[in-house]
Amino acid sequence: MTTWIDIGTLADIPQRGARTVQIAGEKEIAVFRTSDDTVFALVNECPHKKGPLSQGIVHGHSVACPLHNWNIALKTGEAQGNDEGCTPTIAVKLEGDRVLIARPAAMKAAA
Amino acid sequence: MDFQNNAEPETANEENIFVPSEDVREHLVVVGNGMAGCRAVEELLARDAGRYRVTIFGAEPYVNYNRIMLSPVLAGEKSFDDIVINSREWYDENGIELIAGDPVTAVDRTAKTVTSQSGRTVGYDKLLIATGSDPFIIPVPGKDLPGVISFRDMKDVDTMLEAAGKGGSAVVIGGGLLGLEAAHGLTLRGMKVTVIHLMDTLMERQLDEAAGWLLKSALEGRGQTILTGANTEAIYGDGKVEGVRLKDGTEIPASLVVMAVGIRPSTALAREAGLEVNRGIKVDDHMVTSDPDVLAVGECVEHDGNVYGLVAPLWDMCRSLADGLTDQHTGYKGSVTSTKLKVAGLDVFSAGDFSGGEGCEDIVLRDASRGVYKRVVVKDDKVIGAVLYGDTADGGWYFDMLKREEDVGEIRDLLIFGQAFASGGGALDPKAAVAALSDDAEICGCNGVSKGQVVACIEKGACSLDAVRGTCKASASCGSCTGLVENLLAVVLGDDVQSGPKTMCKCTSFGHDDVRREIVAQNMRSIPEVMQKLHWSTPDGCSSCRPALNYYLLCALPGEYVDDQQSRFVNERMHANIQKDGTYSVVPRMWGGLTNPKELRAIADVVEKYDAPMVKVTGGQRLDIFGIKKEDLPAVWADLNAAGMVSGHAYGKSLRTVKTCVGSEWCRFGTQDSTGLGVKTERMTWGSWMPHKFKIAVSGCPRNCAEATIKDFGVVCVDSGYELHVGGNGGIHLRATDLLCKVATEQEALDYCAAFTQLYREEARYLERTAPWIERVGVEYVKQRIVEDEAGREELRARFLYSQSFSQDDPWAQRAAGAESELHQHLDASMPFGAIAAE
Repeated sequence: MTTWIDIGTLADIPQRGARTVQIAGEKEIAVFRTSDDTVFALVNECPHKKGPLSQGIVHGHSVACPLHNWNIALKTGEAQGNDEGCTPTIAVKLEGDRVLIARPAAMKAAA
Repeated sequence: MDFQNNAEPETANEENIFVPSEDVREHLVVVGNGMAGCRAVEELLARDAGRYRVTIFGAEPYVNYNRIMLSPVLAGEKSFDDIVINSREWYDENGIELIAGDPVTAVDRTAKTVTSQSGRTVGYDKLLIATGSDPFIIPVPGKDLPGVISFRDMKDVDTMLEAAGKGGSAVVIGGGLLGLEAAHGLTLRGMKVTVIHLMDTLMERQLDEAAGWLLKSALEGRGQTILTGANTEAIYGDGKVEGVRLKDGTEIPASLVVMAVGIRPSTALAREAGLEVNRGIKVDDHMVTSDPDVLAVGECVEHDGNVYGLVAPLWDMCRSLADGLTDQHTGYKGSVTSTKLKVAGLDVFSAGDFSGGEGCEDIVLRDASRGVYKRVVVKDDKVIGAVLYGDTADGGWYFDMLKREEDVGEIRDLLIFGQAFASGGGALDPKAAVAALSDDAEICGCNGVSKGQVVACIEKGACSLDAVRGTCKASASCGSCTGLVENLLAVVLGDDVQSGPKTMCKCTSFGHDDVRREIVAQNMRSIPEVMQKLHWSTPDGCSSCRPALNYYLLCALPGEYVDDQQSRFVNERMHANIQKDGTYSVVPRMWGGLTNPKELRAIADVVEKYDAPMVKVTGGQRLDIFGIKKEDLPAVWADLNAAGMVSGHAYGKSLRTVKTCVGSEWCRFGTQDSTGLGVKTERMTWGSWMPHKFKIAVSGCPRNCAEATIKDFGVVCVDSGYELHVGGNGGIHLRATDLLCKVATEQEALDYCAAFTQLYREEARYLERTAPWIERVGVEYVKQRIVEDEAGREELRARFLYSQSFSQDDPWAQRAAGAESELHQHLDASMPFGAIAAE
């Protein structure tokens, strides 16, 4: 069963922006909020050169990596256009205005 | 107005027990005299009028009225009589007993009776619960003060009308449909209304950001104050409401507060009766609850996990319910909902899923002159969502295709133009559709240009979009007919069409220069406004156009435009340079490349304190501290600020550095005080945002030790004055400067520098350095503007200095003082992460 972690409220994340979540022993997670208030969570690393996706410009349901402007689809983590690569995604859901992310895989295995 | 003459509350009969008459038919008791309860009875009567004996209980002392139409009553457009659905006669004619103004308070499922507030007990064979919804009251202090109401029933409307009669101010909490309707009505009734909405977009469940912005602008145009992203902390007042206080401390005085933040299914009665209740009363496909003799319908139910707050699903439910009660059992399959409304007289429509996502294509049409925004979301050649604003005529058509999951592949390119156009004459190719238009068909509404005129203009030699715009003016104003004109060009010329200037990005058909011109000409004030007025084809642009628009607006509206952080590249958002490992480098400003022991000590201390792995002297004569974590940036800046240093803007499309040589103060060859002029120049120009980075240098003699002739603006001092050079670049394409002119005094050098900088700021395209800009416009043009046109130069200089008066706030100091701390902290940094790991 998925364990959900409450990481804050929707309002904590800027629209068309992201915040990061640091969980002990895990890669940093970027939690995105798009202009239509959809929330996505991805490992905070571009598949290209590990750029921090959380610092990119969010447009539609994509983010442009701040290092080399690769566009990553927030839902799948897939690089778009001619670029190839994929960032792992993390399940995320809204309950009221609370944002919850699924407990990352490694921790689930350890638990 | 007398709302009550139709229905007096009835008194309980003496025994307090409703004695069954000789009527041997099954008895259907309906709890709820609203839209769902009565509609269910209507559906039942239509199928088998005589089958059940019907008794309806209503909490309100009225006959069945249309709750949706309360807004027009509040607005004064309708009277209560106008919104009655079923009059007293309907109840009489159908033998329905109406017990109004006496809510049912208990259900005994074992005895199969209901008991009302007045104590009346009535037996049932079948019970139908249609209690609808209750307004949600946010639990803030003061919510119970007199003058705080919801907007749900006729009593609320009466209260609002009474308050409006006294004038004054009202606050509406909630920018959804109900809240906006209340605000509109109260505004029309003469109150000064402020709407407080928690989310950033009005009606965010029905509208996307663009449509929400249009709505907000329109409502503000009508005198309402709309506060989005506003969080109510308390309602205050002594004995009665006096105002609302927001979390940010703002206080808004008001004699009336309407709470319209949402509704919840009214399930208390069902819950107490022991029925299965989740979010709503759980029902099956035949609207039967966990008790086979108890049914429920409307907003109070939950079907297949869904709760509905709209009218259309309610009609579907009532049909299935009546079918079930008459043994036809069709079954309710859930509803796909659409919303077509007039909000405060403005047409709005939304349906399906318009949140976009994987595999979804957005087709967007913006017609600024008509105030129209249309967005259709297509996935796998099927319409899955639509948002329409201003013109909702095709809402039904889109919704119909959505529900039927119709394949729209063949009409995809025409879809956005609406049913009439897309199905006109079976023309499925946009070119063929345009070709099929008659010669007198209007192409450009703004300039009244017909197809015949456009074709004539193309045949006379206008073979590009710009040429057409320049001659017959078609698509030269709002641009919404650009696609039609382009198709006409293709039809008339075949392959001879010349493509227009390069567009800004894939989101728009306009080039940089057009966008900038229109921003100024139409006095546009925000990114959503530009996207709407210039027909952006994406909902919120992309990483190319958003930073450009942000800069253009910032340049056009100094001191007024609110910078959009989310449209800044990371470095400008973080005020530091991101490095390949995700850390940042920090460059404090050293005016003219000068420094002192205090600054050097502070830098050395920062390097040690934050364990910076490297410090480097830059090409621009500054010190660059590498390897700082985003979390540490504010503290680093605070330490540097304490030594008197401000941001060096080494990260921005902005003035970077003024590089100098030592000049006449020390150098035996120096002709002028180049360091002094360099410091003055940097003091004047620092902090200004530019189309791209901008570097200045001042050399004290023609030996040019400061390398001024490969800078954007370079000064070379000579015995008789100052040579001013422009457009140099030491980057990929090395370019030496062009000599602009020679001036005699230091002040002139500064004045020309300000004027040149402003010309570049106003006319270069975003991300265009001075070198390619000057190659494009020609150095003669720059000389004409800066050297020959003395008055023009003075105006440019004045505009630059005015703009600078707003831009020379040290962004580091603001952040060090705590501004925008969320950019530097993890989400929920207070959370004990160790504890999570240990869970």
